[in-house]
Amino acid sequence: MVEKRPLLDFITHAVLIVGALVVAFPLYVTFVASTLSLEEVMSMPMPLLPGSHFIENYSQVLFAGSTTGSKAAVLDMLINSTVMALAVPLGKTTISILSSFAIVYFRFPLRNFFFWMIFVTLMLPVEVRIIPTFKVMADLGLLNTYAGLTLPLIASATATFLFRQFFMTIPDELAEAARIDGAGPMRFFWDVVVPLSKTTMAALFVIQFIYGWNQYLWPLLITSDESMYTVVIGIKRMIVGGDAANEWNLIMATAMLAMLPPAAVVLLMQKWFVKGLVETEK
Amino acid sequence: MEKRVVFRSAWLPYVLLAPQLAITITFFFWPAGQAVWYSFQLQDAFGLHSEFVGFDNFTTLFRDPHYLASFKTTAVFSVAVAGLGIAISLLLAVMADRVVRGSVALLYKTVLIWPYAVAAAVAGVLWAFLFAPSIGIVTYMLKGMGVDWNWIIKGDQAMLLIIVASVWKQISYNFLFFLAGLQSIPKSLIEAAAIDGAGPTRRFWTIVLPLLSPTAFFLLVVNIVYAFFETFGVIDATTMGGPAQATQILVYKVYHDGVKSADIGGSSAQSVILMFIVIALTVIQFRYIERKVQY
Repeated sequence: MVEKRPLLDFITHAVLIVGALVVAFPLYVTFVASTLSLEEVMSMPMPLLPGSHFIENYSQVLFAGSTTGSKAAVLDMLINSTVMALAVPLGKTTISILSSFAIVYFRFPLRNFFFWMIFVTLMLPVEVRIIPTFKVMADLGLLNTYAGLTLPLIASATATFLFRQFFMTIPDELAEAARIDGAGPMRFFWDVVVPLSKTTMAALFVIQFIYGWNQYLWPLLITSDESMYTVVIGIKRMIVGGDAANEWNLIMATAMLAMLPPAAVVLLMQKWFVKGLVETEK
Repeated sequence: MEKRVVFRSAWLPYVLLAPQLAITITFFFWPAGQAVWYSFQLQDAFGLHSEFVGFDNFTTLFRDPHYLASFKTTAVFSVAVAGLGIAISLLLAVMADRVVRGSVALLYKTVLIWPYAVAAAVAGVLWAFLFAPSIGIVTYMLKGMGVDWNWIIKGDQAMLLIIVASVWKQISYNFLFFLAGLQSIPKSLIEAAAIDGAGPTRRFWTIVLPLLSPTAFFLLVVNIVYAFFETFGVIDATTMGGPAQATQILVYKVYHDGVKSADIGGSSAQSVILMFIVIALTVIQFRYIERKVQY
């Protein structure tokens, strides 16, 4: 701190406390609602202290699902979400590290053309090509499959860029030394490039795990079978109509379950998370 | 930038590129090409027959008052989300930068980055519950203050709801970028200004804000892209474009017309228009990055 300003310090903490309370308020209400009985949630106003139905609500959604909306068990949805949230970062990292290695460490005809091909996919988010992508998936028979859920999200220009940028910072002397020692390109890749890329991979993993877990539009289109729902889709399917008709205590318990894994990843791997976030956007 | 030392192989680079190219062609170029193709076609109701109609789908769109209204909705929504999101997170980041040390700072930071982990659709559900017309706790408080709150039938309140939910989710992201930007400002600059007698407010406007402007501009583009596309989940989980299309932004209309109304030609034409918007935004973003390199 540059100087002592008691009033400014007071304002600083006041602003931060108000900000933190407003940000945390919906999360707190969600938790409270997930521990109440249906009558308590529906009462006006809803109690703001946790109730006694925590175990009841969570075991209901985990193993049986809601009674009015989708009747799929949330445990199955959590498994689907986990598969998706792991397959997307693993697939992305694998194909991107290979392609950026090729682009950085080789000279070959059409190199720039391929680079631009990957680059322009930045301009085509899923949202703008909904119908044709859905048709392609239907033609390939990938509706309601894990491959259909994950493959289209795996191709990513950002990950390729991130690795390319990182490879450019690897000293040329390392490649030179490897070549003099008679190591081929793949040997160099496994023994030098991959170990050096570990921090980049960790950062990418955190960001892509959250991206995969929180996908909404794509699973909404591709899954019609309840057994393939991810948990984010499951919440939406539990909302059946006007707000008095919903089992809000169960919906909120599912929302807590949907939030916890990505929140745990963000909070436990905060260092990698911030690094990944700031670097993928450069 | 090019590597000085490279490997030689006639086939290996193609093998290494093959997986990414295969996925890119199958899931990006093929569908994008089809979107362009469909946008010039008119299909009958059963999808059995289609004919080439040139730019008819596009001219129909621009004569459709709903489509033009959707442009306006998108503009209002994205300006509000980007503006509020950036202003609020800048304030919080400047304050948090004053208390970077200690466990209290860590607590603030932890709470403020939590919403990043929440899916857009879940954020929508959370806020829809707080603002639910008959049972919501915030609705109850608003009623106590004499506000008649019912976003299910009032368009401007529905818009307010999706703006609040979208801003809430995006604050974490903006906050982290601003905080990183603030912490990279050399302390010596701030101290020199303080010695010269500039107070905290003066230092903020004349030193901190100008140095943060590249971050702010970058976040502006990112936030607009976010409001355009990633808020789909917020809207589908809450208002579903309603009431009476009051919250139907462009992306939602592509989905609604294509998936719910099965108007393939019209929806594809909208996709093509959106692609042009994304390309324009990407070009702006990259021109900015070119500029940042000179800093």
